[in-house]
Amino acid sequence: MSELLVEMTDISKSFPGVHALDSCRFELRPGEVHALVGENGAGKSTLMKLLSGIYRRDAGTIRFKGREVDIASPRAAQDLGISIIHQELNLMGHLTVAQNIFIGREPRGALPFILDEKALNESARQLFAELHIKLDPQARVSSLGVAQQQMVEIAKALSFNSDVMIMDEPTAALTDIEIDELFRIIRHLRERGAGIVHISHRLEELKQISDRVTVMRDGRYVDTVQTAEASIQSIISMMVGRTIFEATPELPEQRDPEVVLEVRNLNRGRVIRDVSFKLHRGEILGISGLVGAGRTEVVRAVFGADPRDSGEVLVHGQAALIRTPTDAVAHGIGYLSEDRKRYGLALTMDVETNIVLASLESFADRSGRIDVGRTKATAQAHVKSLTIKTPGIGQRVRNLSGGNQQKVVIAKWLTADTEILIFDEPTRGIDVGAKSEIYRLLNDLARQGKAIIMISSELPEILRMSHRILVMCEGRITGELGAAEATQERIMALATQREAVAAA
Amino acid sequence: MQDPTTTSQARMRTLVTGDALQRILALGALVMLLLFFSAISPPFRTTENFTSILVATAVNGVLAMGVTFVIVTGGIDLSVGTTMTLCTVVLGLAVTKAGLPLWVGLPAALLAGALIGTLNGVVIAKAKLPPFIATLGMLNVARGLAQILSDVKPIYFEGNPEFYDSFMGKSIFGIPNVVFIMFGAAILAHVVLTKTVLGRYTFALGSNEEATRLSGVNVDAWKIAVYAVSGLFAGLAGILIGARMTSAQPSVGLGYELDAIAAAVIGGTSLSGGEGSIVGTIIGAFIISTLTIGLSIVGVPDQWKLVITGLVVIGAVWLDILRRRNRA
Repeated sequence: MSELLVEMTDISKSFPGVHALDSCRFELRPGEVHALVGENGAGKSTLMKLLSGIYRRDAGTIRFKGREVDIASPRAAQDLGISIIHQELNLMGHLTVAQNIFIGREPRGALPFILDEKALNESARQLFAELHIKLDPQARVSSLGVAQQQMVEIAKALSFNSDVMIMDEPTAALTDIEIDELFRIIRHLRERGAGIVHISHRLEELKQISDRVTVMRDGRYVDTVQTAEASIQSIISMMVGRTIFEATPELPEQRDPEVVLEVRNLNRGRVIRDVSFKLHRGEILGISGLVGAGRTEVVRAVFGADPRDSGEVLVHGQAALIRTPTDAVAHGIGYLSEDRKRYGLALTMDVETNIVLASLESFADRSGRIDVGRTKATAQAHVKSLTIKTPGIGQRVRNLSGGNQQKVVIAKWLTADTEILIFDEPTRGIDVGAKSEIYRLLNDLARQGKAIIMISSELPEILRMSHRILVMCEGRITGELGAAEATQERIMALATQREAVAAA
Repeated sequence: MQDPTTTSQARMRTLVTGDALQRILALGALVMLLLFFSAISPPFRTTENFTSILVATAVNGVLAMGVTFVIVTGGIDLSVGTTMTLCTVVLGLAVTKAGLPLWVGLPAALLAGALIGTLNGVVIAKAKLPPFIATLGMLNVARGLAQILSDVKPIYFEGNPEFYDSFMGKSIFGIPNVVFIMFGAAILAHVVLTKTVLGRYTFALGSNEEATRLSGVNVDAWKIAVYAVSGLFAGLAGILIGARMTSAQPSVGLGYELDAIAAAVIGGTSLSGGEGSIVGTIIGAFIISTLTIGLSIVGVPDQWKLVITGLVVIGAVWLDILRRRNRA
């Protein structure tokens, strides 16, 4: 038993109203990458937050290197040699890269309360050299892209030289190239004898990187298996507790020739450069590219959420003056942000309110009084047709799972009578079971004649869902691929086509 | 991943577009104001008047430095004006009423300020009250205490000529010592904010409090410390205003908090936290006193002075918002 780095047994944890963990177990050996998988709400993050001192357990024991420990704070976990990379970015944007990495343990100068900024930057530089990361220690974090910020998080966690490294979905914001880089670092740590916990929704990754997999479901431990001996299909069925079919679904029939949305010569600084495309009725248009290629920027500009320098947007062949999201909605365009919690939902309000939020005025009479009967009926109808899992339309959206939250956002835009739906990373943070439901829903919407733009960083998702794929790189569209001709390799080639385009 | 040269270019960009830009703008505005009033008003361009601007800035400047710390954390301290009054009253009680020596009275005044600040910090960090509400309550607590302790009557420092001499006396260039005390305090505050652990955590708190907590920093303790610093500066301001008025006036002080916050904001301290500087705050404090004194010298009635300074604050915050939007 003493060869175990971490051994957690009979761990339970409750939050008001929720039994998050029920006598769970988990173990980690030195020099192994141990994947922790399960649907959203299965308790993976909670379990790891107990191990890293963010939450306190209600019951159970945690042994670290054979010794029973009580991890009372993030600091206590750090002192033991346990560090965590959080799911959400946890950085101080106003501070520099180096200041972020060494926050809480800054090198001191001649006097104990004076900071030694030079030593600070030097330590960061050494750390980056060791890890082969290209980052400027003195750059302000807010000036970096999401992927670079993620690398700062990773470097920060690594700088503790911990024996245990927990990565809670570190790859969610990274592109495939950066993921390779991260995996290289993980292997390096493993060789050094560290134990790594890897939480991810991308099951393909597990095969690449992990030695063992522990599956959790509904706050309970299901099983731990050798990765090499388990198929992805069997892991999925352990996660969902049933066998689900992951077969490629049929794409909706041939698309309508009618052009619903046309974008001509859209420009905005260096972020969007001369972007033009057409979107047809009943079509799913995928937009692919590396993080920071300008995909989100393009759709935000089309939606009127960001200003643009030049360019035209035509809806049904008519020039549409879209300067604000209100204009866009009036033209029947809906935008489903990648960050549902910040931009898509009023989290503390109920399902009903969220569903009618974008079209509230159409539910009110002239005096402004809302027809509650109709809002209820509308909400109920959508809950049923989209199979939103909620105890009722009075439930606060905050208490729903990621997949069901996404469905509420979709219901909101359907209520607002939009015919053009822009999905930005529609399945980010959504578990495997719910993902295929979202896919089915997208297909249904397209079949009903909605025109859909879908941005996704996951190549399998783009390939599986799109009729056509636009690939972007550094603000430009570098290519368009039909469903039949698109492959991961061709998309990646276009997504990294930097010099060629610049010369053209 | 970007290569380091482009990131250092990005850094240069943030240097000129960041709060440094607001500081340069503020300094430019101050120079313009001074030139403008000097051009249209002979009495404005006298040595006595410049001296009085310096003296007038001292109290507000010191208050504003403390408030800057709090605003950089993303908080607010509305209690500094009346805390200042309470501290002056404490000084009066100790020195005039109890006849204690100055070396007891002055630390007592500072301590009273730090104590009020600590209370603010505890209520905000531990009881989790919004800073706006907590310090609004404390504004009245301090104001009430000042009136109770003084029996709503001024306490004069006439028995202590060395108090006036040491603060309002003119040792160099005929400039009263309060001005040098303000600059001394500014240097100290600048060093604390930029070079010490406290300063680093002040920015970290304002930038992302949760991230700071998850990094293992004792967020509550540092937050309390920041509010204590604000109270401490209010205590120093209390001493300065006592010397200037040669008395503790229990009814003065209300409204000073707004001038202090305005000075910080005009100087580029962001009300959403994470950005700010002492240099900017001092420039902001000078803009406010130059504007107030300049307007009264050219004969603008007090009521209009209020309207104008109010609009200047709104304009400064708006500029800050525009700047932020352009960067995004």
